[in-house]
Amino acid sequence: MRIGIPRESRPGETLVAATARTASQLAALGYDVVVEQGAGAAADQPDAAYADAGIALASADDVWSSDVVVKVNAPTDEEVARLRPGATVIGLMAPARSPELVERLAAAGVTALAMDAVPRISRAQSMDVLSSMANVAGYRAVIEAAHEFGRLFTGQVTAAGKVPPARVFVVGAGVAGLAAIGAAGSLGAIVRAFDVRPEVAEQVESMGAQFVTVDMEQEVSSDGYAKEMTAEQEAATAAMYDEEARAADIVITTALIPGRPAPQLVTAETVAAMRPGSVVVDMAAANGGNVAATVQDQKVVTDNGVTVLGYTDLAGRLAAQTSQLYGTNVVNLLTLLTPEKDGVLTLDMDDVVQRGISVTRDGDVMWPPPPVQVSAAPAAPAAAAGQGEVATPVEKAPPDPRRRVYAAGLAAVLFLALATAAPPSFLPSLTVFVLAVVIGFYVIGNVHHALHTPLMSVTNAISGIIVVGAILQAPVDNLAVQVIAGVAILIASINVFGGFLVTRRMLNMFQKG
Amino acid sequence: MVSFVTGAYILAALLFILALAGLSKHETARRGNAFGMAGMGLALVSTLLLVLDRLGADYGDQGPVVVGLVIILVAGSVGAVIGIRLARRVEMTGMPELIAMMHSFVGLAAVLVGYNTWLEVVDHSAGAGVAGSADAIHNAEVFIGVFIGAVTFTGSIVANLKLSARMKSAPLMLPGRHLLNLAILVASALLMVWFMLVDGWTGSVPLAVMTVLALVLGFHLVAAIGGGDMPVVVSMLNSYSGWAAAAAGFMLSNDLLIVTGALVGSSGAILSYIMCKAMNRSFVSVIAGGFGSDGGPSGEDRDYGDHREIQADEVADLLAHASSVVITPGYGMAVAQAQYPVAEMTKRLRDKGVDVRFGIHPVAGRLPGHMNVLLAEAKVPYDIVLEMDEINGDLPETDVVLVIGANDTVNPAAQEEPGSPIAGMPVLEVWNAKDVVVFKRSMATGYAGVQNPLFFKDNTQMLFGDAKDKVNEIVAALG
Repeated sequence: MRIGIPRESRPGETLVAATARTASQLAALGYDVVVEQGAGAAADQPDAAYADAGIALASADDVWSSDVVVKVNAPTDEEVARLRPGATVIGLMAPARSPELVERLAAAGVTALAMDAVPRISRAQSMDVLSSMANVAGYRAVIEAAHEFGRLFTGQVTAAGKVPPARVFVVGAGVAGLAAIGAAGSLGAIVRAFDVRPEVAEQVESMGAQFVTVDMEQEVSSDGYAKEMTAEQEAATAAMYDEEARAADIVITTALIPGRPAPQLVTAETVAAMRPGSVVVDMAAANGGNVAATVQDQKVVTDNGVTVLGYTDLAGRLAAQTSQLYGTNVVNLLTLLTPEKDGVLTLDMDDVVQRGISVTRDGDVMWPPPPVQVSAAPAAPAAAAGQGEVATPVEKAPPDPRRRVYAAGLAAVLFLALATAAPPSFLPSLTVFVLAVVIGFYVIGNVHHALHTPLMSVTNAISGIIVVGAILQAPVDNLAVQVIAGVAILIASINVFGGFLVTRRMLNMFQKG
Repeated sequence: MVSFVTGAYILAALLFILALAGLSKHETARRGNAFGMAGMGLALVSTLLLVLDRLGADYGDQGPVVVGLVIILVAGSVGAVIGIRLARRVEMTGMPELIAMMHSFVGLAAVLVGYNTWLEVVDHSAGAGVAGSADAIHNAEVFIGVFIGAVTFTGSIVANLKLSARMKSAPLMLPGRHLLNLAILVASALLMVWFMLVDGWTGSVPLAVMTVLALVLGFHLVAAIGGGDMPVVVSMLNSYSGWAAAAAGFMLSNDLLIVTGALVGSSGAILSYIMCKAMNRSFVSVIAGGFGSDGGPSGEDRDYGDHREIQADEVADLLAHASSVVITPGYGMAVAQAQYPVAEMTKRLRDKGVDVRFGIHPVAGRLPGHMNVLLAEAKVPYDIVLEMDEINGDLPETDVVLVIGANDTVNPAAQEEPGSPIAGMPVLEVWNAKDVVVFKRSMATGYAGVQNPLFFKDNTQMLFGDAKDKVNEIVAALG
């Protein structure tokens, strides 16, 4: 089958769906790959690079008549019309927010696979284009903010005076938020972050930021995305946003709710109360924005000198890198869709990943897919729901401490009874035995782990002491006893000599560096 | 003469205690072994003097004494030659088998000495025409000594066969196996009562029946325990061999045997305890056997995601650019005989200024301390070989962890999945390192039959193939 990589038609788009490297990886899966002339120019992928990798360059018509068309953005009406019936188109579709696109794709009789609908399960991570793009975008958001911000990020004490570190507040600790936290932290800023999912606090802290908590009941996410909150939660959170944003020099918001407009978290009053020169980067601008003052794709400077960035092409501003990551996500997806590596794309509707990304299939609308529960959700509630005794470890009641006392007392009584019944000649031996056991426990308790094997071989050797017993039996006036004693002497002396020698051999190997 | 020998025995016992105490540290271990040899030499020489003393005129017929001396010298030298050859020849990877075999020797010797003691008594009382001269306590000593010896004997043989792969290491699961063990114990106790009450040759019946039962018990006990639990089994048998020697001491009223046996017995018991703790399992559950075999592999149905593969030259690159590397070997390293290439790789990396250390899980391998011996054999300095508790705290600051032939001992499921069969077992927390490379033959599960989520972590990469070949490739790529 032939895969076509068209040039993106959206104005200002810099990305390309396959770099020279990922295109040859696609070819290795058995596909014929053709790339439209100039498709990668804006992503540092000149036509020559494709040609060097052995990838054919073609006209737009050739590309659009391919069996599989791989894009970055959703196809426009004209592009859908150029697809031939039965073809497959792969790209970012946002199917939940664009029902008319889904209908058009179905009407065109094509199979459409949405890269942005990959379910968030660990197996599909390698195809999760939203994660890989959000990662780049989070980094770029900090760089854009630093560009607009008139001060250093890092705190310094210089001969010319003290420079305080910048305070960065990140809202939403998804992939983008975490990347922003990491980037801001490594520039030297003091980073604080908030997310409505309390379980990400650990991740936030692992990136070196402080997790801001709100005094309220919090929920645990079951699908990997944040949810909208109840009214009283919202009030408490809004107060926190206000307080944190006022204290911050830079605010980066990344809060998105799948299939819905982005929640407005930072009000106009809050922005108005921020210090002049502060910067707000609204990474949710494409979905309506988290900040009241945001204008999509614009830089806005408020009356009090706060810069609000609503760029939606943050990932595209690192075109070469993002294209490479997107391309690799595509390769991973097609590897899944081409199990035989024979260049034939096959869709398996029983696979949750393949089912999840299918928007239309040969003209039938497949959207929305049945919900998928992510593996990241804590397992405890599921077990508590009564899965059965197997899953839930049975809690052992702590043993009654008195039982030990009773047991010890019983043992002592039994022992005394035994000792009373035993002949007096038995008792000295018993004394020796008991004391030796105690000494043994104390002596061995300190042995270093590394010396356990030599310890065992040396105890092997000294338990060969039983040879003494056999030697004493050898001179007895009974041939049977003598022969048996001989055998015992033989095997016991194997232990004596073998044990000590092998111990010495081992110990000689241990050398200090 | 008897007083002199007793004094020598006391000295020998002290030397044995010093020997075990010396083995607790690397610096004093060799001296400890020398103490042990001295103690053994002293005991043997003084015992021989005691026998020679009988050549004095007072004992009547000298014939048996001379024959006995010849037997002692011949049997002793043959045993010495065999022992020395074994000690020289054994491969360090074969240590577990050798140690198990030596346990079986002690067990067998205890059985033989026990029978001899009984024969002597019966013969003596029959010859003198005196009935009921053997008291019940002495009979019980003989009986218990033979019982422990027999269990140790067959148990150790099975352990030896399993360790040398001449017997399947999977646990033998007979229906009602716990009942079978219990029945043997009860039957043996009843037989002991019978044995205590009778005199003369009649006693041979309960003694013989018990011996057979004990042999079966030893076989069955160890056959029901899987290969990965061998560290516990070997140390348990070590303990038994000590108790067998101590029991022989009781029946011969020989304090040296009692002291030595008790030392060895408690030593083995402590080792078993340490090993059990390292697996977070009770001693009883290990002895009851059958771990990881019933119910099939668990956790398989969960979606763990994909694993990533890596090639040897990429690993070499990763290592060359790391500043700290931790290697966690397991039984797989012993199987692949990879300790020499691993040592070579360690040397190359250390020459490049990379901080290389080893993290050893207490139950790595098939013998307590097995990995340490293998690494020592390959001339890895012992001060960079650390135990689990020492290394776990450093793992988050480690650049690369190489997991060579280990699986369950590095399984995060032990901490993360409360329902896992290995839940709660202390493990090496290798996943905290920046990068983890797992050397493995395939994606099969480890001994416990538990899937290892480590393989699917984002910072884990799999290097498939024979560990020895792969490490050699890395050494070649390091140049």
